[in-house]
Amino acid sequence: MTLVLDVPDWPGHLPGQHVDVRLTAPDGYTATRSYSVSAPARGDHVELTVQRVPDGEVSSFLADGLAVGDAVRLRGPVGGWFVWRAAQPEPVLLVAGGSGVVPLMSMLRARTEQDPDASPPFRLVYSVREPDDVIYRDELVALAALPSGAGVRLHLVHTRRAPDGDVRPAGRLREDDLVAPGWEAADAPTCYVCGPTGFVESAADLLVGLGHAAEHIRTERFGPSGP
Amino acid sequence: MDFVTRGFQGRPRGRDDRLPPGQYLTADFPVLSAGPTPGVDHDDWELWVATEDGTRHTWSWAELMELPSDTVTVDIHCVTSWSKLDTEWRGVSLDTVLADVETAADFALVHSYGGYTTNLPLEDLLDGQAWVAFEFDGDDLRPEHGGPARLLVPHLYFWKSAKWVRGIELLLEDSPGFWEQLGYHDYGDPWREQRYQGD
Repeated sequence: MTLVLDVPDWPGHLPGQHVDVRLTAPDGYTATRSYSVSAPARGDHVELTVQRVPDGEVSSFLADGLAVGDAVRLRGPVGGWFVWRAAQPEPVLLVAGGSGVVPLMSMLRARTEQDPDASPPFRLVYSVREPDDVIYRDELVALAALPSGAGVRLHLVHTRRAPDGDVRPAGRLREDDLVAPGWEAADAPTCYVCGPTGFVESAADLLVGLGHAAEHIRTERFGPSGP
Repeated sequence: MDFVTRGFQGRPRGRDDRLPPGQYLTADFPVLSAGPTPGVDHDDWELWVATEDGTRHTWSWAELMELPSDTVTVDIHCVTSWSKLDTEWRGVSLDTVLADVETAADFALVHSYGGYTTNLPLEDLLDGQAWVAFEFDGDDLRPEHGGPARLLVPHLYFWKSAKWVRGIELLLEDSPGFWEQLGYHDYGDPWREQRYQGD
């Protein structure tokens, strides 16, 4: 689910940053969760993609209780580490598990909005359980197919069920999913890994094993009880 | 101070005096780190303390294990809003580690394997408030939670409890650490909800 919030005087944000959404009940009780921003700022509009968590106190309310015109308290932008800055010249390897794709999508969109031809090459390795779980599918496929977007590569990993005819059988992320010409350890890409804890641990370990320097690997995790 | 969000009630709740403002309870133990988990063997592990005049004290893993340790049960609070109550740890008190360290420093910058840093006032590491912890829930501390050993400073937000601790630099002046340079609060008291700079 994508929410577009109108935030007067929004100072702007960097791709990869998140915001804190705080809800307040009539008795003063508050609940705060962090959500990644999924797109570059467009004026005062801030776009969040929220995955509904079963029994999630905040995500369920945002999905079912919030109506157009309602106000929530927003804090941010937060986080200055898991960000991509346009001035970075090196290739970028994005590794997403499930809804971990959201902040990476913000980076991809920012790259596309600038000048794709003058931007470093991006590769997104995106792990989902099954084909229906791919968020932003049409946009991703279009990005990877653009002639001028030759610098964007998309590699889907299906862990439970692959689409019919897929050359890659369903299974967890493996070393060879992360290897591609232009994004190998010798190319020194900056790697952004985002997803559930187990996925991030495993992907970051694979990258280290492939020779990527630890300082080139930035991680962001959704805990099992995360947003 | 906050306006009410129309229609929001939140989870049913009793009064829980142990939960700081804006926090929710979790039963599991989420992991948050900025990069890959560094693998450090006990054989290569070392803890150092460096004072403001350059004096350096070091402990090997075996030497740390020879120090008296405490088992403590504490509540922990992460800046990302989860809190976990009654967590059990075993570790060496910083009072023990720093007992023979001569210093006039008021601040500490804690260093981790992997390059992470975090800063605290030295007094927050003393008087039974902080440990070098190496067991969680009766088992060796797992690498993703900071093993072989992490700092444990439960009265501050948990990013101050640096995973994979390797050294403590004692300083006369405050020097911001990794998250503190990236917009997070310099002190991080969960009861005053000091999440970000300016709180």
